[in-house]
This record gives sequence, structure tokens and C-alpha cells, in this order.
Amino acid sequence: MSLALVQEVAPMFPNLVGAGLVVIGGGIGLGKIGGAAMEGIARQPEAAGKIQTAMIIVAALLEGLAFGALILGA
Amino acid sequence: MKIASKSISFLTLVLVLLTSFSVYGKDGAKKGDPVNTRTEINEYIQHHLKDSHDFHLFSTFDDNGVEHHWGFPLPVMLWGENGFTAFMSSEFHHDDDGTVVVEKGDSRFVKLHSRIYELNAGETAVQFDEEHHAVNASKPFDLSITKSVFGILLIGLLMLFWFSRLARQYKNKQVPTGFGRVLEPLVVYVRDEIAKPNIGESYRKFTGYLLTVFFFIWILNLVGLMPFGFNVTGQIAVTAALAVITLVIYVFSGNKHFWGHMLWMPGIPYVFRPLLGIIELIGTLVIKPFSLLVRLFANITAGHTVVMSLVAVGILMQESLSATGSTIVSLFLSLFIMLIEVLVAFLQAYIFTTLSALFIGMAVADDHHDEELHDELGEEIEDTEVIRKNFT
Repeated sequence: MSLALVQEVAPMFPNLVGAGLVVIGGGIGLGKIGGAAMEGIARQPEAAGKIQTAMIIVAALLEGLAFGALILGA
Repeated sequence: MKIASKSISFLTLVLVLLTSFSVYGKDGAKKGDPVNTRTEINEYIQHHLKDSHDFHLFSTFDDNGVEHHWGFPLPVMLWGENGFTAFMSSEFHHDDDGTVVVEKGDSRFVKLHSRIYELNAGETAVQFDEEHHAVNASKPFDLSITKSVFGILLIGLLMLFWFSRLARQYKNKQVPTGFGRVLEPLVVYVRDEIAKPNIGESYRKFTGYLLTVFFFIWILNLVGLMPFGFNVTGQIAVTAALAVITLVIYVFSGNKHFWGHMLWMPGIPYVFRPLLGIIELIGTLVIKPFSLLVRLFANITAGHTVVMSLVAVGILMQESLSATGSTIVSLFLSLFIMLIEVLVAFLQAYIFTTLSALFIGMAVADDHHDEELHDELGEEIEDTEVIRKNFT
């Protein structure tokens, strides 16, 4: 890697790493939501509809956060 | 029969409108010119995501190797320093670098990266600084019918046609026919699954808005995925306008419990109340609409970028995979992402509507906290009326 390229990329580094961290956080969150919803549906299949709605709403809120950070960061 | 023939004539009109091409004879890039494929693809994707002043459908090369752009122009309406001006975007001859200067009265206009600039008085050509920003030009107030505005108007008219027809059929005590049968379950779904559970008793007042916003976003998302479609919900101005409408609705329909709980939260120490009030105020007035607008915008933009990048894989990997191989790979990948995008189109409309309903529901919810009874263990006691009813 040439020095010029490093100098060009280096100032963007904190933003990109921050955006990456937020995406990791979002991924963990989505995984937890999805996992909990699956468990809930497995325990009580008749409540699947309600659980799904709640899951999608929480996932959407989380996604909004992650996207917001991505847009501000990258 | 009458309705059927009417809808056929309407569809024909739309088709005629969409297919009335005009060709721009502007000398574009010559065939065989050395091009950087990566930058070209990048620019193409950027251009696709942006709003534009004309409908560009495709480009061809004629026998002399001159590029021709196919599409149709849209009206440009500007409020500049010398008042109102209107002309067709074809006068720019599909130029996007500020080389073609359009003179109208005393003002001169150039188009630069899908934006129209008005040259300062006395200037004849646009000049740039090092960062390629125009120095001697200012942006006039742009009221043009751009691609997005055209899309919104078209879909608005279509929705007016579909839903007024559906309403007319209900008034005549008919079962909906034709496309109304597709719309009816969706209307019932939005009312019963989104409006009722999230808003509560006063859902009727807001169902109209929720239905409008749901179908508006959903149809425009789908139109964005169509070939020759327009990317309207990927314009941040459009999603911002929708979010602001939701904000205005829930701010102005908020009852005293909503404002009371927001500004002077009961049940916590007095010291924290102003602090929490500030946080809640920012959350309600800024963060909620911001998350609404960013979610829709970012989802649609990301989706379009991914689809176009996967299509571009077919061009970029030609050398390593041969033309057939790269086409198969990019077709296979983009097909399935496209299917996911069809799901996302519905999901984003659903989420926008649900969250709007949720925010409105928070604003109009009655205060039940004082009416709930609790026993010594903190468990909720059933209403005495209910107990009596169940007992007898």
C-alpha cells in the first residue's frame, strides 16, 4: 500500500470503524430478537402472530438506529 | 363492462404516456472511447439513485458511434432571481455537466449533477472551484415536475382511481370486482392489524391516513423495482415529508396525558422531571420522525444499490468468468436479491404504517394508570364490575 493511499484513507478510518461497530451491535440485537421470538413461538405457537408483529416493530426500531449510524458514519 | 372498458382506456393512456419517447441527438460518449468501467458503473448507480429532470430510459449507439439517449422530457419550473420561468427539460439536451446554457429572458440556467443552477448576472458559462462546485451560480427555487414528482402524481392518480372505484362499489352494496378484490383484504388488514391494536378506540379518525401512507409507500416501492421505474421512496425528501406528516398528526392529536407524561412525568423524583422532559421532547419531536425517514430511505437506497451492484458483477467479472459465466452468476444473485426486495417493499410500508400508528396511539391513549387497582403484592386487581359479571 502506498503512502498516498494510506493518507487518503486514514481520516475516514474512525467513521468506518464506528459504522462497523454499530452494525455488529445491530447484528447482535437482531439475533437476540429473532432468537427470542423463535423461542416464544415454539413455546406458544398460537401467539405466533402477536410475537411476529412485536418482533418486526423492535427489529425496525433497531434497524433504524443502525441505518442512522451508517448514514452518519459512512 | 362499463367499468372494464374505462379501466382499459385508462391503462392505455398510461402506456401511451410512458412510451411516447423523444430522442435526444446530443453527442455523448463515442463508442470505443476508453472508459473506466468501475467509475462508469459507480456513476450509473449514483445517477439512478438520484432524482432527475427527465425520463431517461436507455441509450443507444448509432452507426457513426454517437450515443443517443431515449426517454421523454419533463417540465422544469423555476423561481429564480428574475421571477418564474418554465420550459421543458429537453432544452438541456440531456447535458448534466453544465455545458449547455439555457437562456430564458434575463436568466441563464445550467444543469449540473441533476441540479439546476442559475448563473449570476452577466455570466455566460459556469465556472468551478477545485472541488468541482459551481462558483458563479446559485440554486433557484426548483418547483419542477421531476421524475419523482411525476411518479408521485401518477401513483396518486392511480390510487385515487382504484380506491374511489372501491368506495363506489361499496356504496352501491356491491362486492368489489376486479382490482378491488386485491385491495380489500389489504385495507382490512391495515385497519384490523395495524390501526385497531395500536391506536385503540379512536382508530377510525386515523385509518384514512394510515391506509394512504401504506399504499403510497408500498406501490412506490414496487414501482421502484420495476424496469424503467422511478426510485421515489429512495428520495430522502419524500420520506422526510411523510415522516413530517406523521409528526404533525401525532403532535396535534396528542391529549393532555400525552403532553403531561412527556413534559412532567408523574411518579419519579421532582429533580429528574425537567431532565426527562427534555429527553422526551427531543425523542418525540426529532428522533421518532428521523428514525422513520431514515429507515425507509436507507432500506430502499441500500436495496437498489445491492441489486445494481450485483447486476454490475456481470460486467466486472467478464474477464475471469467469461461472458456466459458472469451473466449466470449476476443473474442468479440479482434475481434472489430482487425477490427479497419485493418482500422489503411490503415490509417497509408495513413498518412505516405500524410505527406511525404506534406513535399516534401513544399520543391519543387514555390515562389508565389511576384506574387500575393493585393488591398488596402489586398484582393488578380485576375491575369490580368484571368480577361481578363473571360471578353471576
